[in-house]
Amino acid sequence: MAIEVRIPTILRSYTDGAKAVQGTGGTLGELFADLETRHPGIRERLVEEDGDLRRFVNVYLNDEDVRFLDGISTGLSEGDSVTILPAVAGG
Amino acid sequence: MRYDSALAAVGNTPLVHLPRLSPSAEVRIWAKLEDRNPTGSVKDRPALFMIEQAEAEGRLTPGCTILEPTSGNTGISLAMAARLKGYRIVCVMPENTSEERRELLRMWGAEIVSSPAAGGSNTAVKVAKELSQRHPDWVMLYQYGNPANATAHYRTTGPEILADLPEITHFVAGLGTTGTLMGVGRYLREHRPDTVIVAAEPRYDDLVYGLRNLDEGFVPELYDSSVLTTRYSVGSEDAVRRTRELLQQEGIFAGVSTGAALHAALGVAAKAHRAGESADIAFVVADGGWKYLSTGIYTADSTEAAVKALHGQLWA
Repeated sequence: MAIEVRIPTILRSYTDGAKAVQGTGGTLGELFADLETRHPGIRERLVEEDGDLRRFVNVYLNDEDVRFLDGISTGLSEGDSVTILPAVAGG
Repeated sequence: MRYDSALAAVGNTPLVHLPRLSPSAEVRIWAKLEDRNPTGSVKDRPALFMIEQAEAEGRLTPGCTILEPTSGNTGISLAMAARLKGYRIVCVMPENTSEERRELLRMWGAEIVSSPAAGGSNTAVKVAKELSQRHPDWVMLYQYGNPANATAHYRTTGPEILADLPEITHFVAGLGTTGTLMGVGRYLREHRPDTVIVAAEPRYDDLVYGLRNLDEGFVPELYDSSVLTTRYSVGSEDAVRRTRELLQQEGIFAGVSTGAALHAALGVAAKAHRAGESADIAFVVADGGWKYLSTGIYTADSTEAAVKALHGQLWA
């Protein structure tokens, strides 16, 4: 089950500079575990030890913030697009 | 309508139906035209309210210098009020913001400190906090953490929208300081508990996210996720495309962040339409397109060309 994951500049050191990578998983948590097998170190940049998303990390499933879905347990399907971004200010 | 001064003419903006962009007669989209404020943006509301609150608390007194990190509109609003009230003002603004914004700030007499493009407004906030430590006598109103920002919308924008649209089902606005969404969102939830509150967060090009590490991320102190129903990330391409559609189909000349809010509004409208529900969706036109004219996005031959023209700019 392929899911496209868009990687922010700040984490591309884990993906050999790739802007997007493919991953698999039935949930966001499983997807991050899958990414970790090919991009060691990336998972701990995204989630806390207790498994929750880090405070300054925003993750979007098809452009919707996963914190308003089921967070790290959000279900994923074939063809979904996941975007990871650092939290930034506006105004 | 008649007012005693330009500052008294903040708010009471029109709410306009978008008959062409609304999916059906049962699912209606409404634009709250905040570009009709004295300096041309929604930020006149929080800026004036933050100043008057600081005056009432005795924090801001004649001869004071105001300091504020801003990507443009808040600074412009504050600078206009500062000019009329006799304060000096220093704005910290990212260097990758449009020339029009700089010119407008200078026009009102503001002094501009440029912060590096990398990191966008996060860096501007950091630079302003450093300046504030070096100049403890300067008054930083700090739109990201000042409750008066959200209160301005709770007291004015929210009641205006509900009065004009008592049947409201959805409220959509851009997410920056989060002040509009927190203030209007709380007001609507108290009076129409079922209202869906939707945030449209701008997604910029990589350059703006050029932080050195994730710990430099920033969440405004005002942000309370429990006020929102959901939050969408809207990229430059969708924002620019919708900004152009709003102009061409409805005759509304708006800034790029408005295109992002419209994109989210059209998304929830399509969802309601597919579900066979009726909906009245209000979204905020945060400013007009004047400050973005030099980017060429309104006259570019295609959306692709327009998006290219905007590359690397902090557009919200």
